[in-house]
Amino acid sequence: MKKLTCVALAAVMAFGLLAGCGEQSPAASDGSKANSGLSGSVATDGSTSMEKVIGSLGEAFTAQNPGVNFTYNPTGSGSGITAVSEGRCDIGLSSRALKDGEKALGLAGTVLAYDGIAIVVNNGNPVAELSVEDIAKIFTAEITNWSEVGGNDAEIVLIGREAGSGTRDGFESITDTEDACKYRQELTSTGDVITTVSQNINAIGYASLAAVGDKVKALKVGGVAPSETTVKDGSYVVQRPFILVTKADAKLSGTAQAFFDYVTSSEAAEIISKAGAVSAA
Amino acid sequence: MVIMNKSKILSAETVVRLVFLMLGLVSVGCVLLITVYLVISGIPAIREIGLIDFIFGTEWASTAAEPSFGILPFILTSVYGTAGAIVLGVPVGFLTAVYLSKAAPAKVRRTVEPAIGLLAGIPSVVYGLTGMLIIVPAIRGIFDVPDGASLLAAIIVLAVMILPSVIKVSVTALDAVPKEYEDASLALGATPVETYFRVSVPAAKSGIAAAVVLGVGRAIGEAMAVMMVAGNVANMPTLFGSVRFLTTAVASEMAYSSGLQRQALFSVALVLFFFIMLINALLNLLLKRGKES
Repeated sequence: MKKLTCVALAAVMAFGLLAGCGEQSPAASDGSKANSGLSGSVATDGSTSMEKVIGSLGEAFTAQNPGVNFTYNPTGSGSGITAVSEGRCDIGLSSRALKDGEKALGLAGTVLAYDGIAIVVNNGNPVAELSVEDIAKIFTAEITNWSEVGGNDAEIVLIGREAGSGTRDGFESITDTEDACKYRQELTSTGDVITTVSQNINAIGYASLAAVGDKVKALKVGGVAPSETTVKDGSYVVQRPFILVTKADAKLSGTAQAFFDYVTSSEAAEIISKAGAVSAA
Repeated sequence: MVIMNKSKILSAETVVRLVFLMLGLVSVGCVLLITVYLVISGIPAIREIGLIDFIFGTEWASTAAEPSFGILPFILTSVYGTAGAIVLGVPVGFLTAVYLSKAAPAKVRRTVEPAIGLLAGIPSVVYGLTGMLIIVPAIRGIFDVPDGASLLAAIIVLAVMILPSVIKVSVTALDAVPKEYEDASLALGATPVETYFRVSVPAAKSGIAAAVVLGVGRAIGEAMAVMMVAGNVANMPTLFGSVRFLTTAVASEMAYSSGLQRQALFSVALVLFFFIMLINALLNLLLKRGKES
């Protein structure tokens, strides 16, 4: 008798499960139909600095189009550009302008947003403002002591990023210090730079404006404090573009094109600014 | 009937044997695949840069307008860093092993051995983080240098990281020394300490040597922890300077690399692979000699 009840119970439960499935699946497909007919996938690949921006854009896009599968592979600007030229993703993400060699491969870049690069020092450092020239002199070790720029009498410790990083490339090209920076440390992530600067009172480094919290102090450059407004109006000069990389001669898939149109529309501008960058639209 | 059963058993045996053979070949296949891939992708850059310029060049500027790819700073840093870790870590590990295997009360051994096992299980990123937050600022304070991220910080972290392998392998080797040797020594009037160092240790010397070589292998292959404390600038190594190891050279630049830079990173990995092979060959030699004696 017990056995029979068991079997009956199991059967009921199994039926319930099946019934659940049967009811749910049409509902789900109805839901996606209600929003848009879009389905398929959008694959993006590239700059780790763009993670926040592209992540929130992807979230917003998939919220509107639940049938779309959005992926982002944080590999770095160089890898993203390679991936799009080899057809391994729909849209490549680069936090630096395309090089001539890359344009020659038939790639086109569209500016999605601008990112301010903040020059950060320890909270205990009395220096609050530097000119671009002074920053260049500091990073090329022409100025090696904080007292020369109005700070304490202590050696300046330069914290940078690794060769190939978009932030480093952006910083060095803006301050015209390419290949001339005499770093004391080359770290592999924005977070590491901020942690290191927050621990050493004599350190100076650079990081994406979006990533700077109150652990470190962002310096004014030429009298202008880094902020979304000053980056957008161009008065804060240490900034770089976030670029969507596509193949110039090949068309995007319908879904990828829809995503591309969405992120470059004014509708996406608010999401981009929430993520800490400044929309180009 | 009996014959049929036998053939059935035989065929089942063959199947199982084949399955095991296949599984065994998986790891061999992986090694072959990695070796072949690394050689194929590492050779082109060496050919383009030139072996002498690559190995003995003292300047690494992979993304400069006129790039230079000299990896001597990385090689020397890896060698010095590993040597430093051995100098600091092996005496501590070796003496701990002697104590645990010979002198320690059973209770102490039961507590310490799992702790050492735990030390081996801590992820290297945690070692790196601890080094970054404790050792680096400490070096800056104690030695009054502008920044603490240096070869010394990496050596200290590596010395701690090699302890578990040095201790475990040494303990195993010391435990395997026949008790009669020690009893004979004690019976002849030697003190326990004399016995440990004059009888037990010499008898276990090939095993202890293997432990040291294993430590070398662990130290030279470590990337993550070292990357977080060494500063990662391609300088020629100095104790308080910012340095870059062979492993960190590959790890730190690979993500954003392209073209010849990427190929050169594979070549760096090939050089590292060569070092590891050398160390493994040495290890095998030592273990073999240990078995023969």
